[in-house]
Amino acid sequence: MLAYVIKRILYAIPILIGVNLITFMLFFMVNSPDDMARAQLGAKQVTPALIESWKEERGYDKPLFINTKEEGLSKVTDTLFVQESLKLFSFDFGFSDSNRDIGADIKVRMIPSLSIALPTFIIALITNISLALLLVLFRGSLLDTSMMIVAVIIMSISGLFYIIAGQVLFSKMWHWVPISGYESGWDGMKFIVLPVFIGVFAGIGSGVRWYRSIFLEQINQDYVRTARAKGLSELKVLFGHVLRNGMLPILTGVVVIIPSLFMGSLIMESFFGIPGLGSYTIDAINSQDFAIVKAMVFLGSVLYIVGLILTDISYTLFDPRVKL
Amino acid sequence: MKLVLLWTDVLVWSLVIVLLLWSWVISRSPQIKQLWRTIFKSSVAMASSVVLLFYLFFTLLDSIHLRLALPHEAQQSQSVAYEVEMVSLLDLIFAHNIQHTERTYSAPFATVEYTSSIMVNKEGKTVQVNLPLKYVSSNDDFMDKSLVALIMGILLSSLLILLHIWWREKRRFTSACKEIWQGKSMLPWRTAYVTFMLLVITFTWLYILSYSYHVLGTDKVGGDVLYQSFKSIRTGVLIGILTTLIMLPVAIILGVSAGLFGGWIDDVIQYLYTTLSSIPGVLLIAAGVLSMQVMMDNHPTWFETTLERSDLRLLFLIIILGITSWTGLCRLLRAETLKISQMDFVTAAKAFGVSKLTIIRRHIVPNLMHIILISVVLDFSGLVLAEAVLSYVGVGVDPTMHSWGNMINQARLEMAREPMVWWSLFSAFVFMFILVLAANLFSDRIQKVLDPRNNT
Repeated sequence: MLAYVIKRILYAIPILIGVNLITFMLFFMVNSPDDMARAQLGAKQVTPALIESWKEERGYDKPLFINTKEEGLSKVTDTLFVQESLKLFSFDFGFSDSNRDIGADIKVRMIPSLSIALPTFIIALITNISLALLLVLFRGSLLDTSMMIVAVIIMSISGLFYIIAGQVLFSKMWHWVPISGYESGWDGMKFIVLPVFIGVFAGIGSGVRWYRSIFLEQINQDYVRTARAKGLSELKVLFGHVLRNGMLPILTGVVVIIPSLFMGSLIMESFFGIPGLGSYTIDAINSQDFAIVKAMVFLGSVLYIVGLILTDISYTLFDPRVKL
Repeated sequence: MKLVLLWTDVLVWSLVIVLLLWSWVISRSPQIKQLWRTIFKSSVAMASSVVLLFYLFFTLLDSIHLRLALPHEAQQSQSVAYEVEMVSLLDLIFAHNIQHTERTYSAPFATVEYTSSIMVNKEGKTVQVNLPLKYVSSNDDFMDKSLVALIMGILLSSLLILLHIWWREKRRFTSACKEIWQGKSMLPWRTAYVTFMLLVITFTWLYILSYSYHVLGTDKVGGDVLYQSFKSIRTGVLIGILTTLIMLPVAIILGVSAGLFGGWIDDVIQYLYTTLSSIPGVLLIAAGVLSMQVMMDNHPTWFETTLERSDLRLLFLIIILGITSWTGLCRLLRAETLKISQMDFVTAAKAFGVSKLTIIRRHIVPNLMHIILISVVLDFSGLVLAEAVLSYVGVGVDPTMHSWGNMINQARLEMAREPMVWWSLFSAFVFMFILVLAANLFSDRIQKVLDPRNNT
């Protein structure tokens, strides 16, 4: 088990190097350090000497991939790519263009992100699975067909519509909750309710359809027929057999996104003014702050890979047939 | 008049040609023809594909760009001079709406502006009045015009429907009409024709009234929202279909070769798509678009007009979306290829000494078709919705380009107004909803028919 986890973590390293290479190429080859210096120094009279000193200050004066001036191994290591990657691997994200410590920012902003993403995730999971079970129980009935039509309609409406409609209805017209903002602690509940509700509702369409198809696949299996033949009631079949066996395919889809919950939701957070990582990223994109975007790309990939490893581990815990 | 081809126009029209060729190829295979018949046996599939074709029609109309010749008096020499601005056929149809630009917001069918302005009246007092709109006459011909539109719509659609029936069943025209009327035709043509008629009537109603009103209101700078909504169709549909067009060859080639050749090729391709898919999608797109913006700012010579600039940006966005979205399909195709290449008929073909390329062409790709088709139609609706979100994040299409995302993004800032400026949002969401709903329903049907797991 431990050996397997270590193997998987080692396997993640080349992937992370690849991720770094992609972001590096996007940011430094298209947009060379010279361009960055010019953009940062602004429209002032930019002299070559000024650019050089700016690059030296930030460590951008090294060549991209191969340093011809050095000898031996440092021909490769004393380059911009390796230096930047090493910094990221030690989770040293450096400073943003506005000279803020990105690592510290991320730590502070993780909590608000989680306080939206985690309740949304849990409530959505419970609602979707219970609704899907209900539909499977009444499969083929009028309830089933009409709910499936509603599900298609719900998933055909843009997520932005739910947010805007929710804000207009609940905040602007009925004044139930504030339109946006954030507070830590229990006082912050009033800010969290609406985004969580909207997040759950927007996902119901596709969620219910997905879980329903998983359960329907189980219900045609032989063991279900056996269970019914034994004389079990439909409810017992559903909860004792279909739900338990359906948990396996659900695990694959669900566990992988749990670590990514830390990243928050881009759209939700910026609409509701929540100072989390999602709005942090959007602000960075809008102000073209490459350092932050790069840090978030790296963090997102790390969390995704962690999710993949967790999925494998959870498999061994829940399915005795799988051995690592 | 001079025809101008933008990059995306070229891609759209080549896609149309490819689709026509493909449908000609499959029409020769009786099995595949039968499969498509089964798909269209459902009236929902029929109705939604009519809606999809309607959207596609406006996309194509908007993908023929012209540069009009300048009027004769303005010319000195013999050679014809052209206007700098490009217009599409759709612009020509809605030319009156482009000219009828008001000052600012106005509600649908309104005769006065939405905001009140301070005026000095005849007695010399300053009063707040809602100024009348410049291009809306306040005569009460609403019902008359609607009636005319209804009759025109019915006539036009009936004519087109009859022509279509005649084209399909030249020999037994009257009996075919009767069958369709009674709903006894093999495919649910009646549903298709009713949907078509409803769409045509709605369009003629909107169009005829658009001459005397702003049917869906005007936006902040007085632009007509109806015109914007129709212009946005092209952006949405293009992002939906061209992205798949770009990603398909990559996904197929890499997926099939990973599954078939195995070894180090498989390792490299697996590494490639795991790496790409581990980067959060929106961030990768954002990073790509940001770099693209910088690149375009550094090369102002690549485009002459703003239209060309926004078109190039759309093309880049589509390419970036394509690069980020091939991984899922590639993984599926690899697994399926692995499965197929173990099957007896492939082993037999190998034993006969059939070359690898022929095996791929004759045995593997045809058996992957259902996966490819399902993922194409499934991705389409997701991409149309993604466009709106990306525009909101600020990494979508050019802000000057008409798109539903941009409409929502601009209208969002006006939410605080009392009463709300709702019409831009409403129009964008409705136009998007109809397209996505049709695509979702159609993809459901395709999945139901083609997915072998459903044949139990």
